[in-house]
Amino acid sequence: MNYLLLIYGNEAEFASQDKAALGKMMEEYGVFTQGIIKGGQFKAGDALQPTSTATTVRVRGGKTMTTDGPFAETREQLGGYYLIEAKDLDEAIGIAARIPGAKTGSIEVRPVMVYG
Amino acid sequence: MGAGDIDRVFRDEAGRVLATLIRLVGDFDLAEESLQDAFAVAVEQWPATGVPANPRAFLVNVGRNKAIDRLRRQISFRVKRRELEIEAAIARQIAPLDPDDDAIDDDVLRLVFICCHPALNREAQVALTLRAVCGLTTEQVARAFLVGEETMAQRLVRAKTKIRAARIPYVTPGPDMLDERVGGVLAVIYLVFSEGYAVTSGAALMREDLALEAIRLGRLLDALMPGRAAIAGLLALMLLHHARRAARATEDGDIVLLEDQDRSLWDAAEIAEGLALVERALRAPGRPDPYAVQAAIAALHAQAPRHDTTDWPQIVGLYEVMLRFYPSPVIELNHAAAVAMVDGPARALALLDALAARGNLEGYHLLPATRAELLRRLGRNDEARAAYRAALALVKLDPERRLLARRLAELG
Repeated sequence: MNYLLLIYGNEAEFASQDKAALGKMMEEYGVFTQGIIKGGQFKAGDALQPTSTATTVRVRGGKTMTTDGPFAETREQLGGYYLIEAKDLDEAIGIAARIPGAKTGSIEVRPVMVYG
Repeated sequence: MGAGDIDRVFRDEAGRVLATLIRLVGDFDLAEESLQDAFAVAVEQWPATGVPANPRAFLVNVGRNKAIDRLRRQISFRVKRRELEIEAAIARQIAPLDPDDDAIDDDVLRLVFICCHPALNREAQVALTLRAVCGLTTEQVARAFLVGEETMAQRLVRAKTKIRAARIPYVTPGPDMLDERVGGVLAVIYLVFSEGYAVTSGAALMREDLALEAIRLGRLLDALMPGRAAIAGLLALMLLHHARRAARATEDGDIVLLEDQDRSLWDAAEIAEGLALVERALRAPGRPDPYAVQAAIAALHAQAPRHDTTDWPQIVGLYEVMLRFYPSPVIELNHAAAVAMVDGPARALALLDALAARGNLEGYHLLPATRAELLRRLGRNDEARAAYRAALALVKLDPERRLLARRLAELG
């Protein structure tokens, strides 16, 4: 059985923490990730860029509608995900618009954090 | 060589130079910083040397070299690597300068499309376009939209962060999405124009600088993508409205309605340019473009020597074209006002009451204001007074408030 573990947190608090606290948290994540890799339970995992970089894509009447910002509709619930590789946001939006669920729901396109 | 001359060169060239620098250095922020560096060098050198024969090439060259300096500093701060590796990293990051001037037009177009990308919100699109393409300072953009400089600076930083973090591409969109994306750019330009020409709040009726920037953007886009009906239509619409600017207000800033305007004050050159563009836009095949149809309505006003010789039946017909293809409550309201000139106020009032009953324009002062005018013409003064009062309760712009108050007072 596969499980998707979704990590929620307060972005503003995260961004305002000091270097020491950030370093400690990163270390804890490192230990945790190594632990589940060793345990054979790790499939994939990434940090995401903040919601200010998000774009929400909907397709209605055959037209792709793009809005700035994260998905913010409380009447819809998370139902699945794809992790894709695309050369830029336009390609990612184009793929998001082809997801069947985009015709009735919303697809949030969020860049994955790249370290280094 | 005065400071004013240098400022003018900067304003004319800022958008193009920035656009080219973004292509060369591959980063919006770095390009913007390098542009400021290049301006600083020019301010220092030009008073003595005079403006170079090709100021754009000068600014691009200096900007590119400054970008290399900046990267060199950044890289040597980050990692103490050997000199050669640093140079190789810079060479990989910055494209060589291509003297091919034709590429600059494409650069500007790409800059317009990145600033108006649909993944940015409309406020950010407008702010970025004015800042990057038109070369306005952050303070000027902030003042134009009546927000603090700090707020505007944050808005711009957030937009640029998103461009970088989400990798919004610096490209001219492909044919499959070009129409839609051009539509987005035109919406931004029209919003800038409307904010300049039909200000929604505050003391002044017009902010001339914004209207001029919008027209400048429209001309730029029309030159870069010739033959597009929507672009020609919007440019025509803006010019034909802007042509009336000198007649629209008294010296005290009071509104002069179209029917009372001194038509000799209208700008004949802008009208001529607008009329030629309307014709071009309306000749395009397919469904009529909404900007072109609205420009055609403005053209009929522009061509009428007097208010009572206006071709109202044709104006009603054009509003009906709008209602068929692009229905909206505001178009319905304008249609009703034109119907009053052809079929009389009673029929127009019936249209307005039907519109009001649907509740789509609740809170829009021009609905009760138009109703009041029709009631006044019908001699139903009590109802007219009530409608003027309803409009006064909703209006946000001082000159419009004074006009409504004047009308109300005239009813006694």
